[in-house]
Amino acid sequence: MTTGGGKTLAELILSKQSGRDVRAGDLVIVPISRVMVHDSVIDAVMAGLKDLGKASVWDTSKVGVFVDHAAPAPTPVVADSHRVLREWVRAQGIKTFYDAGEGVCHQIMVEEGYCEPGTVIVGSDSHSNSYGAVGSFGAGMGATDIAVALGLGRTWLRVPESIKVSFSGTLRRGVTIKDAIMRVVREIGTDGARYACVEFHGVGDLPQGDRITLAGMTTEMGAKAGIVVGTPEAPAWLRPDPDASYLRAVHIDLSTLEPQIAIPPRVDQVSDVSDAVGIPVDIVFLGSCTNGRLVDMQQAAAVLRGRRISPRVRLEVVPASRRQFEDAMADGTLGILSAAGAVIGSSGCGPCLGRTGGVLAGEEVCLSTANRNYKGRMGSPDASIYLGSPYVAAVAALTGVIDDPRPYLEASETDFDALVARRRADRGDRGAASERSGDRSRELLMAMPQRTGAQVIGMDEED
Amino acid sequence: MPRAWVFGDDLDTDQMVPGRYAPFMVGQDKFQNYAFYDARPGFAKEVRPGDLLIGGENFGCGSSREYAVAALKKLGVGGVVAKNFARIFFRNCINLGIPVVESPDAVTLAKDGDEVSLDLAGAVLRTPAGNATLRPLAPFAQQILSAGGVVQYLAAHGDFPKVD
Repeated sequence: MTTGGGKTLAELILSKQSGRDVRAGDLVIVPISRVMVHDSVIDAVMAGLKDLGKASVWDTSKVGVFVDHAAPAPTPVVADSHRVLREWVRAQGIKTFYDAGEGVCHQIMVEEGYCEPGTVIVGSDSHSNSYGAVGSFGAGMGATDIAVALGLGRTWLRVPESIKVSFSGTLRRGVTIKDAIMRVVREIGTDGARYACVEFHGVGDLPQGDRITLAGMTTEMGAKAGIVVGTPEAPAWLRPDPDASYLRAVHIDLSTLEPQIAIPPRVDQVSDVSDAVGIPVDIVFLGSCTNGRLVDMQQAAAVLRGRRISPRVRLEVVPASRRQFEDAMADGTLGILSAAGAVIGSSGCGPCLGRTGGVLAGEEVCLSTANRNYKGRMGSPDASIYLGSPYVAAVAALTGVIDDPRPYLEASETDFDALVARRRADRGDRGAASERSGDRSRELLMAMPQRTGAQVIGMDEED
Repeated sequence: MPRAWVFGDDLDTDQMVPGRYAPFMVGQDKFQNYAFYDARPGFAKEVRPGDLLIGGENFGCGSSREYAVAALKKLGVGGVVAKNFARIFFRNCINLGIPVVESPDAVTLAKDGDEVSLDLAGAVLRTPAGNATLRPLAPFAQQILSAGGVVQYLAAHGDFPKVD
């Protein structure tokens, strides 16, 4: 660890909020500026509040409730749970309520201004780290922690150590901030930021939506929080001291970055797209709090405009929120995607977690723009999920295989069509659930520095 | 005698209870029957009260789903011993009163199906291959765990344990 007298963003925020001068390793009890609650935890949260003897939440104006994880309700059991949730929200008098179709909690929390920079926000979903997109200390917690936060308006935290991620240079065409954060996950690993806060430096004037992609993906490194430095929303005091101490520093030169691909079933098994070219896919998912915004849909539309997706592939597009949905309708992006053959889903978490929307069949191969590729995440445990950027997703939908999107973006019309025709011909007519895709995924895993893990072992046992 | 169920590194909560078997998908009274449904078929039927889960690094990573821990609690799992834990899973266990203890060598000493015993006071996990060392819990977490969980602690004391 580098030594210094200064404070990281996590130390600054938790010192200010706890009213003590605290450093990494200290325990604090801090007031919470907002609690985010989503549909799948409501029963446990209500039970927790009841057991705590709390008839009502501590401050209804500081609670946001969202129906997004399995929405609209896919089964009667879920519908019952949603009904209970609506009744609870009404009885509590909570005004900040977004029902099915309004969008993913994290997207709405940030874009509708519910995240106050420099404060602590806790959420019932693990990707609550997303609130660091505007400079909030956002942490995901389980249902009982959320019930306690709702009852007391406070939570306890161990002040985390921090990891400094610095970007330099600018992204080249066809390379996105998703590729940048996947490159970071490749470097740090799924547990490399366990209990830590990831601080992002050098993001320049990155749009708010892209900052959500960065902050939210810190969850995939085990981080307690992920905070972007110097956002336009942040107050002047919210700047890490130059002599702050960090566990580790990671530098990524954006100008030399290639599109990245996460190989199933680990988010940190990441390779350059050039190593994964030709892997066939059956279904492409464009959406989630990671990549379901207008800019992501526009990137896909740039590839798909005036064309039809491969007859071997289904494409599902789920805008992250109603605002993103309507913006993409207004500028014609959704029209382009629909004309290309996409299924457009109502805003929400969609198939990212396999509870609603197009769940995966056994041994299907998916290219997803979301944030997790665990075994069984999107449906059958025998399905495989590759993670990539919206550009990679669009090219996969068009050709039926994983490919580097950059040549497509540079090609003339004729060359573009030739590229597509060649890839489609190479892929053939079989479902991607062929031995070939299984072998390719294994070859890629063998070729990269090995990360051990239950998930990989599980795959070997099943094969 | 409790038995050991041994897992590897980076065991995620989707493996503990897949999202499609969440309580609000299958019912509050049934979800525990799907614990390790894909990762360890038969677990929910065969696990006995007091059995211990033993793991490697980053145990319980991924989704914040507390029902993964609630399922273990309903099945009577007596504790989790791993090299280290993902943060939300760790908090969820403390909050629901399941002992979670770090041990550098439990995962190498304990074999799947071994008869083992967790001695929190003595800070050891006894296995047929020898005693694994346990790292003592922070007093703050220990106090909550001793009360049986955070709700029980708060009900008894009205506030969190002191931190400073």
